[in-house]
Amino acid sequence: MSAALTPAEVLPAAATRGPLVLEAHALAKDFRLSRGPRGEVLSAARSVSFGLYRSAVVALVGESGSGKSTVARMLAGQERPTAGKILLDGAEIRPWARGTFRAYKGDVQMVFQDPFASLNSVHTVRYALRRPVRLHQRTKNREAIAAELVRLLERVRLTPAEQFLPKYPHELSGGQRQRVAIARALAARPRVLLADEPVSMLDVSIRLEVLDLIDELRSQFELAVLYVTHDIASARYFADDTLVMYAGEIVERGPSEDLTQRPAHPYTQLLLAAAPDPDRLGAPIEIEVAGDTRRAGSALSTTVGCRFAPRCPFADTRCRAESPPLLQINSQRAAACWRLDVAAPALVSETGEERSAPMKT
Amino acid sequence: MIPGSVNEAAPDRALDERKPVLEIRDLSIVYRAGNADVKAVDHVDLSLAPGETVGLAGESGSGKSTLALGATRLLRPPAVITGGSVIYRGGRVAPEGVEILDQNSKQLRKLRWREISIVFQSAMNALNPVLRIRDQLGDVLDAHLDLGREEKRERLVMLLDLVGIPRERLRSYPHELSGGMRQRVMIAMALAVDPEVVIMDEPTTALDVVVQREILAQVVELQQRLHFAVLFITHDLSLLLEIADRIAIMYAGRLLEVGTSDQIHNRPAHPYTRGLLESFPSVHGARIELAGIPGSPPDLRSLPPGCPFVPRCRHAGDRCRDIDMRPLPVAGSGGSHLSACPFVTADTPGMEGRRGRATPAVAVSPQERQS
Repeated sequence: MSAALTPAEVLPAAATRGPLVLEAHALAKDFRLSRGPRGEVLSAARSVSFGLYRSAVVALVGESGSGKSTVARMLAGQERPTAGKILLDGAEIRPWARGTFRAYKGDVQMVFQDPFASLNSVHTVRYALRRPVRLHQRTKNREAIAAELVRLLERVRLTPAEQFLPKYPHELSGGQRQRVAIARALAARPRVLLADEPVSMLDVSIRLEVLDLIDELRSQFELAVLYVTHDIASARYFADDTLVMYAGEIVERGPSEDLTQRPAHPYTQLLLAAAPDPDRLGAPIEIEVAGDTRRAGSALSTTVGCRFAPRCPFADTRCRAESPPLLQINSQRAAACWRLDVAAPALVSETGEERSAPMKT
Repeated sequence: MIPGSVNEAAPDRALDERKPVLEIRDLSIVYRAGNADVKAVDHVDLSLAPGETVGLAGESGSGKSTLALGATRLLRPPAVITGGSVIYRGGRVAPEGVEILDQNSKQLRKLRWREISIVFQSAMNALNPVLRIRDQLGDVLDAHLDLGREEKRERLVMLLDLVGIPRERLRSYPHELSGGMRQRVMIAMALAVDPEVVIMDEPTTALDVVVQREILAQVVELQQRLHFAVLFITHDLSLLLEIADRIAIMYAGRLLEVGTSDQIHNRPAHPYTRGLLESFPSVHGARIELAGIPGSPPDLRSLPPGCPFVPRCRHAGDRCRDIDMRPLPVAGSGGSHLSACPFVTADTPGMEGRRGRATPAVAVSPQERQS
């Protein structure tokens, strides 16, 4: 079923968990910035391919503007791709189409970043949960619905449930609100959960609990989870595999632990060096950044060459002329960089022999 | 001093090396809500030595921003300062110290920007969208310094240079700048008239990590050159551990622990601090088992008696319900390390610092994790 994914696009750690459920194949999204035939076009996502596997968490990591949320929104059926395909259980599906949207939503649900904005402030928790239960479980039996509401709240550990049902969002803390949003997503009994920065608006001390909850639900309901985040450290702890996005493209992919400990792409290296780290207490705050870090990578469709080249300390003429595809580093890892031999010499030399062997799909 | 500064008569800073430049004593602030007062800041003591960086860490609703606004008299009703004192000892205006809480609005205007400045989290909201950068920065200069046209222009250019923004940007409007640049403009504005205290309230929270680090590096570098003291407010303890000299941990309006970064990191004495340290994953080094803190931050309208952390604390007992929440010196620290918990110490089982808990060999990776 992974026929659409090239070897460099397979997620090794997630794939061992379960079969492929949802697949992004060469997804692209262009936004026209100005009108007219010569208007500039921003490619927010360009040829993004990956799979989500049953019972596995895949992290999509990037800074603001990298296109990570656009990808999640396309998979959720909220944004229509400019090009590319979405496959559910191996069959192409057009989630944005009128006839398929509701059925698709029964399989693929999304949790948003801001639980203050995603819950309607004039409606109670009961109202927020009852609608999806009625729609997706196709029942009008009042007792069945009431029992299901309690079950949902208990699943996200909002107990006693009866106490939370009549509450309005403003009576709940941020963490509780996000739990309600997760319960609402579960109401459809989905197989895929797209979580777009689910904890970044929450207090530090409760983030971990919400992530743990999502992880527990993943294992309990065999959910395929996409975890969209700007926080690569949480991806390390939470996700089986990590995809790093930069200016609309996936620039590196691999098992989370290996990727964060031995980053290959210069951008991943920069991101990791910049992450706050108390365990480096006393180390200088300055990070080594060659190149011009203030020049943001351009995602304009007219950009030639590697989009990270203007900020990259290793960029050469080829990088500025030709956009690198994802290149296999070893059986687990891939990165879109022409200069991996310079950027990550240890990783490349260690796997040099492996790489020269022909890859099997 | 900013090079070419108009303020040549700066005092010898070595003289007041020991006296804090800003001293908050026993400050209490309430929000008047109907017939009940909500205590947002409750008997807080915190001081800032000249040139020092003090980090103030707390979750939303902990009162950290209210504390900063109270100390600078920027609070608006229904917030009311109900007690305490805030002494500012600036070399230029008040080496012997002035009580900020007693200043009238005219006197306060002289202190703001000139002596104590603030950088807010959202630069887009803090900058006026219809004024060019040149005019907004110029306003600060006009308000405090008597500069000629040429002098003013030179200083504007110098300020942008200071924070690494090309000088052409003086003509730009805020919306034409990236988020990082806007925050740099705010920092330039905060430093425009050479203050002795800069309060930074979540200055980099809305920014990407790479930009965040660049800006922090710049703040550290500027501070080394210009010797202002920084009160850095954030929810991100991991950031403070890297940049702050001392860190104060705030919870439900109280300071629970104050110590050097090293003390907080390696020998946390309050259970809440320990919980915070175990709440964020780190990218470098061995994987550690993360525990987090159960429960959620308290509702200030209905705090439990005694220690506000009791409902979430694994060490809590009946004895915690009637304790004095004043932070007291931790034994053996010589008074540099304070904790509000009289029962738990850094040596209580389960209180090891982050470093002590690193478990390289037995850490579980996601791949090995059982479903």
